[in-house]
Amino acid sequence: MSEAHVHFQYDSAAHQEATALDGMWLFLATEVLFFGALFLTWLVSRHFHPQGFAEAARHTELLIGSINTAVLVTSSFVFSCGLGFIERGDARSMIRACFVTALLGLAFITLKGVEWTKDFSDHLVPGPGFAIAGADSGGAQIFFCFYFVATVLHAVHMLVGLGLIAWLVQRARRGAFSAASHAPVEVVGLYWSFVDVVWLVLYPLIYLVGRPG
Amino acid sequence: MSDIALTPQELEASTIRERPENYLNEKLSLASWLLTTDHKRIALLYFASITVFFFIGGAAAALMRFNLLTPDGAIVSPETYNRLFTMHGVVMVWFFLVPAVPVTLGNFMIPLMIGARDLAFPKINLMSWYLFMIGGVISTWALFMGGLDTGWTFYTPLSSAYARGYVVPVAVGIFISGFSSIATGLNFMVTIHRLRAPGMTWYRMPVFLWSLYATSVIYVLATPVLAMTLLLLAFETIFRIGVFDPTLGGDPVLFQHLFWFYSHPAVYIMILPGMGVVSEIIPVFSRRQIFGYKFVVWCSVSIAVISFFVWGHHMFVAGTSLYSAIIFSLLSFLVSIPSAIKVFNWIGTLHKGFIRFDAPMIYALGFVGLFTMGGLTGLFLASLASDVALHDTYFVVAHFHYIMVGGMVSAFFGGLHYWWPKITGRMYPEMWGRVAAAMIFFGFNLTFFPQFILGFLGMPRRYSVYPPEFQVLNVLSSAGATILAVAYLMPLFYLGWSLFWGQRAPANPWGATGLEWQTQSPPRTENFTSTPVVTEAPYNYPPPEAIQREKVESGEHV
Repeated sequence: MSEAHVHFQYDSAAHQEATALDGMWLFLATEVLFFGALFLTWLVSRHFHPQGFAEAARHTELLIGSINTAVLVTSSFVFSCGLGFIERGDARSMIRACFVTALLGLAFITLKGVEWTKDFSDHLVPGPGFAIAGADSGGAQIFFCFYFVATVLHAVHMLVGLGLIAWLVQRARRGAFSAASHAPVEVVGLYWSFVDVVWLVLYPLIYLVGRPG
Repeated sequence: MSDIALTPQELEASTIRERPENYLNEKLSLASWLLTTDHKRIALLYFASITVFFFIGGAAAALMRFNLLTPDGAIVSPETYNRLFTMHGVVMVWFFLVPAVPVTLGNFMIPLMIGARDLAFPKINLMSWYLFMIGGVISTWALFMGGLDTGWTFYTPLSSAYARGYVVPVAVGIFISGFSSIATGLNFMVTIHRLRAPGMTWYRMPVFLWSLYATSVIYVLATPVLAMTLLLLAFETIFRIGVFDPTLGGDPVLFQHLFWFYSHPAVYIMILPGMGVVSEIIPVFSRRQIFGYKFVVWCSVSIAVISFFVWGHHMFVAGTSLYSAIIFSLLSFLVSIPSAIKVFNWIGTLHKGFIRFDAPMIYALGFVGLFTMGGLTGLFLASLASDVALHDTYFVVAHFHYIMVGGMVSAFFGGLHYWWPKITGRMYPEMWGRVAAAMIFFGFNLTFFPQFILGFLGMPRRYSVYPPEFQVLNVLSSAGATILAVAYLMPLFYLGWSLFWGQRAPANPWGATGLEWQTQSPPRTENFTSTPVVTEAPYNYPPPEAIQREKVESGEHV
């Protein structure tokens, strides 16, 4: 928020910016609990169906998942560089960093789309005609339940993040951010990194745990 | 003992002058209400919404009590009865009790009480009202279209595989309104951290704010778990695959764990703000500093913390392990300690006070009595052996209604009367307020005390029929419900009347401490003309000896 937009309940722009950061941290706390509930049910179900989950993990696309992990971590790194630029007052470089971040984010979602298409054609959608038959079928279906819920939710968070980055670019072009005042960049950065962290938990849960068995 | 709120001279002075510009008359268009970011106007939007939801939920309860007049069910079929209690539970829990005090009185009072001009995020505050309305409309629409028969708890696999009705739309409505709770909690916490006026240290904050802070912690940390649970439930219901269905290898008790991880803390969402309101009212009307301020506020915080670790007591008979049941039983007993300390402190505040029985005080004292009853009967349910017998009987129904209806709704009405002059700029008719408060206390006890006995005798909850020997107690309960219904309708009329014809309220009709009473009634849009500076602890009333002396000197009979 630039100096002109200080709401009347704040003493100063700095006061307002610090408050916005608090708000995002607290929002991330709710997100931890939101995804935490998912991870908990995931782990409990894995405990009940170790073979089914291991079998299902072997049907996931490890290569796409690994590339996506690298893409996402790089995107967060680039965004952090952007924050560094605006802290030195370099809005042009910050805008470029935002573009690269957004491109990497789009690459992630595209690859995810390719992966979902493959999952569909391999009959990995739970329900009648599921690819994995036999005693482990039930557990494997629950695994893919989690897989789709988690990856779709994660992708929705990515889309929200892309929207926020587009909003940042638009404001930065109008000169809204400076070395002294750039809280929205930091707020969006926190969010983007959080989405990244969620993926860093999902990656081993989906692709790695149980695969070697 | 004096029982008038203000001296005639004060009233005279306040009614003569023309009403100054305030948040109500500054702008008048519909858009200025629907797009407002003023916390006071948003609070009024919430007031209107939750009042509608309260009467929808109440109507369902009235039909249930009517049906239970005869052992075979007086008016509706068992299927309809199932839908009625589900509707009653869903609407009352998610669209009245969980939001009630925080989004209305809290929304209105937090900035005023900490000396701020608004909440930290006014637009998020408005957004939360819209989320609440979208969720509420979706859920109530589905409930009116035919509803569902699972009870408000949505236990799987009943809800996902066997239930007939609108499970998914109702769950979606609750899911959406959950984000309204999260947004409200987040806004309150950040506001209390960042926007306190100079000198308003944590220990100078009124107890109400501490309770709302503790409530907000639960909003922020428990609601997302419910959101994920409902998401998985909807997924399972739509696609017939999922993690809670035992025929697919899922675990139905896992659903109960997740559901109660939210819903037990949610019980404290429903009671903590009520405790806060009562802690405001009692010091004012007994002219005493609250007894043991630090104990009261830290008890609010510890109730919020412990509330996250007691959910297992809902599953004592669901096949959980004995060892976890013993631990959850112990933890459930623990939560009674801070609750009991609070009751002790309210009584301690009354001790040697100059007690005035204005309507808010009658509601507050009613709260203390009913909450104590509800709390003590909770101990029977926290202990393993007696819970096995009492589980899913009317004893449980009576217990949580004593807390939520006897406690929370009384506190809500108490707070509403207490702050009514500040909110509307008008005094409510005192006599009617007292009559309604007394009738609620009487009607409530007549409704729910027989249910303790029914439960103890073994009548299960959620049945539309019962053996004939239970009829007398059921008829008593229904008679009480009639009185309660009238008592709940009364404020609608006399408070509505006071909006137009009530006496104009001065800034501080109760002679209370607290920043909200230092600004005009109703407050201006920016709350204060200049940021107030706080120099003393809350509830700094003169010591009883001083009041005594003053009264003796002025020749008043004490």
